[in-house]
Amino acid sequence: MAALRPAGDYDESYIRDMSFLRRPWMNWFTWGVVLIVLLLPFLEIWGLISSANPSYARYTWWMNILNRIAYTIVALQGLNILTGLTGQISLGQAAFMLVGGYISALAMTYWGLPIILTIPLAAVGTGAIGLLFGLPSLRVKGFYLAMATLAAQFIIPWLSRNLWKDYLGGTNGSIVAPVPTIFGYEFSGSTNMFIISFITLVITSVLFNNMIRTKLGRAFVSVRDNDLAAELLGVNLFSYKLKAFYLAAAFAGIAGALRAHTERGIGTEFNYTLDISVLFLGMLVIGGMGTNLGPFLGAIFVILLDEGAIILGETIAHAFPDQAGALQTSFRPIVFGVTLIIFLIFEPRGLAHRWYLFKAAWRLRPFAR
Amino acid sequence: MNWQLVPQKFIDGTLQGGVLALIAIGIVLIYRSSEIFNFAQGHMLMVGAYLTWMFAEVTRNFTDNKTVILIVAISLAVISAVALGFLIERFALRPMTGQPLLSIILMTLGLSQLFEGIIALGFGVEPLQNFPSVYSSADSWIREIPARADGTPIVFLNQLVVPKARFLAFVIALASCLALILYFRYTDTGLSMRATSENHELARSVGIRVPRVFGLSWAIAGIIATLGGILLASISGVSTSLALVALAAFPAILLGGLESFAGAMLGGVIIGLSQALVQASAVPVVRNSFDIAPYILLLVVLVFIPEGLFGEKRIERI
Repeated sequence: MAALRPAGDYDESYIRDMSFLRRPWMNWFTWGVVLIVLLLPFLEIWGLISSANPSYARYTWWMNILNRIAYTIVALQGLNILTGLTGQISLGQAAFMLVGGYISALAMTYWGLPIILTIPLAAVGTGAIGLLFGLPSLRVKGFYLAMATLAAQFIIPWLSRNLWKDYLGGTNGSIVAPVPTIFGYEFSGSTNMFIISFITLVITSVLFNNMIRTKLGRAFVSVRDNDLAAELLGVNLFSYKLKAFYLAAAFAGIAGALRAHTERGIGTEFNYTLDISVLFLGMLVIGGMGTNLGPFLGAIFVILLDEGAIILGETIAHAFPDQAGALQTSFRPIVFGVTLIIFLIFEPRGLAHRWYLFKAAWRLRPFAR
Repeated sequence: MNWQLVPQKFIDGTLQGGVLALIAIGIVLIYRSSEIFNFAQGHMLMVGAYLTWMFAEVTRNFTDNKTVILIVAISLAVISAVALGFLIERFALRPMTGQPLLSIILMTLGLSQLFEGIIALGFGVEPLQNFPSVYSSADSWIREIPARADGTPIVFLNQLVVPKARFLAFVIALASCLALILYFRYTDTGLSMRATSENHELARSVGIRVPRVFGLSWAIAGIIATLGGILLASISGVSTSLALVALAAFPAILLGGLESFAGAMLGGVIIGLSQALVQASAVPVVRNSFDIAPYILLLVVLVFIPEGLFGEKRIERI
């Protein structure tokens, strides 16, 4: 990246040269934003906003959205490792979320583990399942691999409905995920869960952004760009593809655990369908594949758009009450589909690319448009 | 295994496989001409079924003759499917030429979301009644198998049921498969489609109008999807779940090999059989597995014969 820096911006120490947030103000800004966002749920916990407050409904609505955005970004970071960096298409991210949610909920219910342990457990366990469905990637790629992950998307929910019915909920399709407790404090509801989701998101972001720059991340990118060349350079394709599958599923498992404890339940009842996996892929493309910012921009943009579509649908449904059902359900897929198509045609590199262009234009002003 | 169920399930599976094969053929067609994997085929099929229903409802205002309604509805639906195919190709996939595989797959997935939304907006989410069909779903040929004189049955079962609607679907699927094989082998446009699939630039240099070939293949795929939609809807009714049924066509294609119509046909039948035969099992869990049997088969095929039964062995072994 050094070549893209403006004149006069150079590093005085190797530590600064290697650091991700290269300049002090970046550090202050990032951690400041993290701190401010983290303080949001404490508005309610410290009693600054209560149900008596007129804006309470709007506050909880926003906390709900923020929580959804937080765990969606974690899932997208996983998908970004697999699809964005390694170039393997996955249509099964939602199914892996289901696995993670189950592992966390079961571990908490039956073993009484705290959430600090169940989330890593969900990551490790889901990663193992992801490895299983990544095995075909040793022989096939591209469309064929997409089919293998499509199989995961159908087989995993089926297994949860048909095997070990006492533990997995059987035909009901769901089990209860307990309220996580840390030091006696119950994290119930989206507002409280947002603390856990957001801290997890910060940790996964640090891991993800640093992973890209290590040997592992560079090997992934080399597999994506040219697998034959990567193998010639000594990158073991088998091992790195499986590592990508493991990491993608592990991130999905973390996201699934967070979602399960937020929704207080896990199972096929809670919509972990192919549509969700497609939504994730769409978010990644809209955000920008293979970039640090992609998962953030994609999740925020698409989820806000999605909520906007719901509000739009309900507003129009008020005007035409006889068509209410159709209007409420149809706007989300239409808005998402149109957005995805427009992005694929006009900005295939996503919002992240637009942002880099904007930054470059800003820096080069007045010499560039 | 409940062996007495097996012959009946065999018939059911083969007939169901015929419809899957028809869907699979539509996907193979697009792949053969433009190397695009059309995940929206199931939704095109759903759109076709809904359009047929809509045109039938409109026609009912003018006439009571069932045959007229059916013919008018189907022909109008097929015409709009051709238009839809051209539109998709022109406005969604032509801008994607040269983009990576993932973008193109995502484009078809985006299209399928769009169709889902538009259908929900236009027709609501409830399944629709009064689909015009040649045979009702209960209409079937029943072959009673007589018992021996002493009362013991000759085979394990005493009757075989062949639903007429499914049989018709199977015959139409078989006919379109044959027609497409002949079309690709013996006609100029079919040959130009194959040439385009091999290499766009070379095809263009020998005078083939590549965009027109793409448009044509999408139009034909639209027709096939509409036919499949009509057949499926006449069996199981018009609802948005039609699109999900069609996803089972992908295992069929991989099993048959991506480039082969005969392979798609055979793959469809094998997938249909696998779905039906597991239902004859004595173990409840296996009996319930009919909706994932195609995908388990898919994983097996991917690991052991990735090029499929009739596909060209040009997969890169990596």
